[in-house]
Amino acid sequence: MFEIVNREEMAQGTIVLNEIDAPRIARKAKPGQFVILQANEKGERIPLTMADVDPEKGTITIIYMIVGKSTKVFGSMQVGENYYAVIGPLGKATHIEKRGKVVCVGGGTGIAVLHPITRALKEAGNEVTTILGSRNKDLLILEDKMTSASHHLHICTDDGSRGHHGFVTDVLKDILAKEKIDLVVAIGPVPMMKFVSMITKEKGVETLVSLNPIMVDGTGMCGGCRVSVGGTTKFACVDGPEFDGHAVDYDELSKRLTAYQADEKISLEECKQNI
Amino acid sequence: MVEKKAKKEQTPRSKMPEQAPEVRNKNFLEVPLGLTPEMAMTEASRCLQCKKPACVEGCPVSVDIPGFIARIADGDFNGAAVKLWERNALPAVCGRVCPQEIQCEGLCILGKKGDSVAIGYLERFAADFARENGTAELPKVAEKTGKKVAVIGSGPSGLTVAGDLIVKGHDVTIFEAFHQTGGVLVYGIPEFRLPKSIVASEVATLEKLGVNIETNSVVGATVTIDELFEEGYDAVYVGVGAGLPRFMNLPGENFIGVFSANEYLTRTNLMKAYRFPEYDTPVARGKNVVVLGAGNVAMDAARTAMRLGAESVKVVYRRSRAEMPARAEELHHAEEEGIEFILLTNPTRFFGDENGRLTGMECLKMELGEPDASGRRRPVAVAGSEYTIECDLVVVSVGAQPNPLLTNATPDITLNRWGNIEADPATGKTTKKGVWAGGDIVTGMATVILAMGAGREAADSIHDYLTLGW
Ligand SMILES: Cc1cc2nc3c(=O)[nH]c(=O)nc-3n(C[C@H](O)[C@H](O)[C@H](O)COP(=O)(O)OP(=O)(O)OC[C@H]3O[C@@H](n4cnc5c(N)ncnc54)[C@H](O)[C@@H]3O)c2cc1C
Ligand SMILES: Cc1cc2nc3c(=O)[nH]c(=O)nc-3n(C[C@H](O)[C@H](O)[C@H](O)COP(=O)(O)OP(=O)(O)OC[C@H]3O[C@@H](n4cnc5c(N)ncnc54)[C@H](O)[C@@H]3O)c2cc1C
Ligand code: SF4
Ligand code: SF4
Ligand code: FES
Repeated sequence: MFEIVNREEMAQGTIVLNEIDAPRIARKAKPGQFVILQANEKGERIPLTMADVDPEKGTITIIYMIVGKSTKVFGSMQVGENYYAVIGPLGKATHIEKRGKVVCVGGGTGIAVLHPITRALKEAGNEVTTILGSRNKDLLILEDKMTSASHHLHICTDDGSRGHHGFVTDVLKDILAKEKIDLVVAIGPVPMMKFVSMITKEKGVETLVSLNPIMVDGTGMCGGCRVSVGGTTKFACVDGPEFDGHAVDYDELSKRLTAYQADEKISLEECKQNI
Repeated sequence: MVEKKAKKEQTPRSKMPEQAPEVRNKNFLEVPLGLTPEMAMTEASRCLQCKKPACVEGCPVSVDIPGFIARIADGDFNGAAVKLWERNALPAVCGRVCPQEIQCEGLCILGKKGDSVAIGYLERFAADFARENGTAELPKVAEKTGKKVAVIGSGPSGLTVAGDLIVKGHDVTIFEAFHQTGGVLVYGIPEFRLPKSIVASEVATLEKLGVNIETNSVVGATVTIDELFEEGYDAVYVGVGAGLPRFMNLPGENFIGVFSANEYLTRTNLMKAYRFPEYDTPVARGKNVVVLGAGNVAMDAARTAMRLGAESVKVVYRRSRAEMPARAEELHHAEEEGIEFILLTNPTRFFGDENGRLTGMECLKMELGEPDASGRRRPVAVAGSEYTIECDLVVVSVGAQPNPLLTNATPDITLNRWGNIEADPATGKTTKKGVWAGGDIVTGMATVILAMGAGREAADSIHDYLTLGW
């Protein structure tokens, strides 16, 4: 069960793709939904959004950045090896409909999460403009797929090694100044989603973001994934992970993501010694 | 005869050997160590073998209590276990976690004048003996009927249904959302109160009898009930528990350091965070810990915090000692382990630092007013009595609600206004044809034995349906 049938490295090995055999999940998954994975019996439960699914083949694809112990262990697993647990599809699917002009903004592995949503929005008849950001040209992922999933594509790098030299928010501001946009979807690091939402709020453009708080079960039973949206507490795993970007308390989310920083360091050190 | 009775009444109730409080509050090993065979036989000999045993009235599943105790008194420990299994599929669990003082032991005739028979200890002893010695026979499985039953959830109620129906010859598959089976018995109740190896061994027995188990299956997400029918299942039992934590909706509740009991206990028990970093999942280790609530869940959280190295652990409860709903033994153990009870006190808000980490909690003192609908005197706030308790970890244990994940995906199952499934009390039938429900998803959080009792009734009704019709 949950065998890795395909594995690719991207962004110089810092990001890894796994295609995993999970027929029940593949049959049901919709864009925007996630799975929770455990590498082995002692492993942590890690949420990752499905970047793609193949219902016929019975596989799901995840794309993750190696940031700590668990993603490091995931990244070390080879084709033919099995995940101990894969649970899903979890969370609400993105509400896909024809809105008119849509801008999709992606950063880091958020681009992987954004891809199926962008593709579905285009298929639903929207005119889709995509803005992708990364630190430099070598860390950019899924450029080809995002090109075909969108009508227009802009690339931004922090160091100017590709496309616009600067942040995705610069390009977004230009677009919003020139055109009337009906919906913005922003998925990436918390600060990116925060600044995109600040800009679109000024212009009154509806904005969807996908939140990534720390999770345990992913089914609404622990409340660890609490986020504040519009002044009320939501459980991101069942009420989200997508929310109205204008209503999210990003500062609280950023802080809550640091809850286990000290333990994460211990885990990573121990893991480095063992690999 | 009279003489014999008097002698029995004079034999003192056996004391369970236990780990000493100052030793056990630093480890996760089981606290009570179990009776020796000699102690068990002595204790069993105290039972008067009543013709109309009051104790049985107090047991929700009517275990033949004098029957199993007589076998222990005779030294036939396996026979005692077999007797228990007639009514109770998980005696090793119930002997440890039933609130005996308000059930079987609460009605034991000896309790009127002195100490009741230690029915729970004896139940545990017989079940442990049979398991550890591997001497008890597996029940006989009836000829296959060719009918398929899906059991959703592997808590005590689901396990009971699976066990009953496999023995009756039906094919049974359990679908469990987590990667491990057992429900609250594995994710909620800590190792020091219920060793996980016991639950694992009960599940292994079911598998030996032929029960299929599909873990990592969130019914409602991975597969729906209607899809299970399409896959050829003839009947479905829903035993998904009450897995949605209740928070208090107080300012500051999202500071890092405020947890639901579900999260705190799941990380510690299911994910084995008490063995971090050997296991990858971390859990917050507080120095000054406050637990809100006074039920079994709260005691488990408080005693866990102590074992994870806390300097102080306070249980804060808005009513008085008499209303604390936890089992008597848990309260007693908690106090022995150094947990403080701060009664008639209610939190009003949480304080945190600039990094969003919890630093304290404001409370208000309460006094008891007029009795409320439940007959308990209602706590009322004492104006101006606010004060601050410094703490870096708060575990909110004020109850659970039904988790709507499955029921949202199955709109044709009728719910009551609290979101619990409406099920016929006698049979467990829901409003959806071919679907039964029982345990905490129907009653709200109750007890292991009630969840099992509901499972047994539903299993009988499912068997009738599969052999006779709806
Ligand atoms: C719904 C959802 C979808 C996600 N999708 C993707 C994705 O498609 N690709 C991707 O690269 N990342 C995704 N993430 C983030 C990913 O889950 C974390 O990067 C991962 O958990 C890090 O684990 P680690 O042990 O390697 O790192 P750690 O060293 O444990 O932690 C690194 C950071 O990850 C966060 N984190 C740690 N544990 C968890 C946890 N159990 N749940 C959530 N966050 C945690 C912490 O904030 C921490 O700062 C998603 C998160 C959520 C909630
Ligand atoms: C910490 C704690 C301590 C307790 N202490 C005691 C005690 O000392 N004595 C006592 O008698 N009672 C105690 N209780 C209460 C008792 O544990 C419960 O009443 C009992 O476990 C209920 O059993 P159940 O089978 O209905 O559900 P649960 O035990 O809750 O099991 C439900 C199972 O269903 C699974 N599930 C949920 N949703 C889905 C889904 N959609 N698809 C598939 N699977 C799903 C869950 O993961 C879980 O494994 C305690 C409870 C807790 C939380
Ligand atoms: S099942 Fe519980 S209530 Fe019944 S006899 Fe055993 S311990 Fe007592
Ligand atoms: S009531 Fe007490 S003494 Fe009588 S049969 Fe039950 S356990 Fe024995
Ligand atoms: S992850 Fe536990 S409730 Fe969301």
